[in-house]
Amino acid sequence: MLQSTEVLREKPMRIVTPTVQVRAREPSVSQEEAPPCIVASHLSAFFGDAAAVKDVSISIPQNAVTAIIGPSGCGKSTLLRCFNRMHETVPGTRVEGSVEILGSSIYGDGTSPIAVRRHVGMVFQRPTPFPTMSIRANVAAGLRVDSKSHATRGATSEIVEEALQRAGLWAEVKDQLDESAMALSGGQQQRLCIARALATRPRVILLDEPTASLDPLSTQKVEELVYDLRQTVTVVIVTHNMQQAARVSDGTAFLLMGELVEFASTRELFTAPKDPRTESYITGRFG
Amino acid sequence: MRTARSRHLVSGAMIGLTYLAAVLATLPLLLILVHLLTKGASSLSLAFFTHMPRPVGEPGGGMANAIVGTLVLIGIATVIGLPIGIGAGLYLAEKKSSPLASTVRFLSDVLNGLPSIVMGIFAWEILVRPIGHFSALAGGVALGSMMIPLVTRTTEEMLLVVPTSLREAALALGYPRWRTSISVVLRTALAGIVTGALVAVARIAGETAPLLFTAIGNAFWSTSLSQPIAALPLQIFAYANSPYDEWHQQAWAGALVLIAIVLIISLAARFATRSRFGAPVD
Repeated sequence: MLQSTEVLREKPMRIVTPTVQVRAREPSVSQEEAPPCIVASHLSAFFGDAAAVKDVSISIPQNAVTAIIGPSGCGKSTLLRCFNRMHETVPGTRVEGSVEILGSSIYGDGTSPIAVRRHVGMVFQRPTPFPTMSIRANVAAGLRVDSKSHATRGATSEIVEEALQRAGLWAEVKDQLDESAMALSGGQQQRLCIARALATRPRVILLDEPTASLDPLSTQKVEELVYDLRQTVTVVIVTHNMQQAARVSDGTAFLLMGELVEFASTRELFTAPKDPRTESYITGRFG
Repeated sequence: MRTARSRHLVSGAMIGLTYLAAVLATLPLLLILVHLLTKGASSLSLAFFTHMPRPVGEPGGGMANAIVGTLVLIGIATVIGLPIGIGAGLYLAEKKSSPLASTVRFLSDVLNGLPSIVMGIFAWEILVRPIGHFSALAGGVALGSMMIPLVTRTTEEMLLVVPTSLREAALALGYPRWRTSISVVLRTALAGIVTGALVAVARIAGETAPLLFTAIGNAFWSTSLSQPIAALPLQIFAYANSPYDEWHQQAWAGALVLIAIVLIISLAARFATRSRFGAPVD
């Protein structure tokens, strides 16, 4: 289980991988006291008969950034896609076990995947702005589809501004809100997608390798953004970049062949991994 | 070893050949247009669009009834062909691998290859024989049935080009599936679907064979769907087969108008659905 960084401070540091610098930070909320946000128990996800995620039980804390790392094909994206019921949108797939988000079971009877997805935002590997919509319409896309929030025009434009502010994009696009989102650079498009996900004010935001297609500078911007987001929202980020996990996350989960090998505070996982497989992976012996 | 010079020569020759092929590909269209303009333009006048056909020997006269008739037939065909075709294309793209989709896809291709006269006989069998007389509706149904497979397959192809990631992005925002299909996938592919629909309209606008047993033609003014209706291709066919010089002239003019109608419909639809953000995404 995730431990408080206070405890870790007492331990002697053993840097197993010199390339990974763990960002020194003030422990935000004591993670042991904060109630968990996402609780998965005995979660398995299948493509046909093949299990991509095997019997994973994990408790992800609130208002923190949790990274999921692991080699390609280890099931980290699939695990992420179980948290907003996107896994089941692929034909022939199936989920077993249970996932609770903030106390409600998202796979429970009568829970609609649409309602789940409105509260759990997701950003993908490649930027996915809607090409037929303006920048403004892209950010407001999630609002317009929610029949319960018939936001007025004025309220919508406030929400759009707020979401773009939070995504750190407002200053760059405020004079071109009615232009095509496709005119933006790749990094801007990705931050637009983050703004779009934030606009519905989700409690959780899932990032599936959000910087995989971005240049270093844009990557840095997105990482800073992720780091700031944890003030207000629970972030789960899948990454195959260990440095990135070390830079942005409070806790890190290591997945191998669909199994959860280890989940600990990022500092602990990268400096004093308990499982030898974790150590081999982070020191670069495989993957 | 080839020298740089010989490589440049070969490259130049190859580029020249592709230019030649491009010119040859558009040559038939250019020749047809030039020919129609020289032969038909002289018979075109306001009267051609506003007057009814006159008997042989009487000067003047026009094809007002056939022009309107063609527009009516295109209208009926589009009302039948577009919704069914786009709906079927949406189904094929959404349920790519279901057994029904494979069947529909195969049958669409068969229907696409069906000789148009067979379509005419089919419409005659279901709409002319039971009712007892030829009608505009039967002609429109025959043309519409020809449109369906064309629109189905182009719609499907255009929808499949829309990246899955876009569909997933909409679903992840809490879009219901139907709304994802309509306001994201269909809308993104709209320019391509419109292009496909226009190709289908252009294709059926000039069809003569399916109308022979259905709309059959009408020497008088009629816009009634239950009555035989005149159509440009039929009129052109009848006039071109006649022994009279002035009718030949009118047939040329009719052919020119037919091409102009197709062109105007394409331009208008392109204009109406052009992307707000510059060029259509096709």
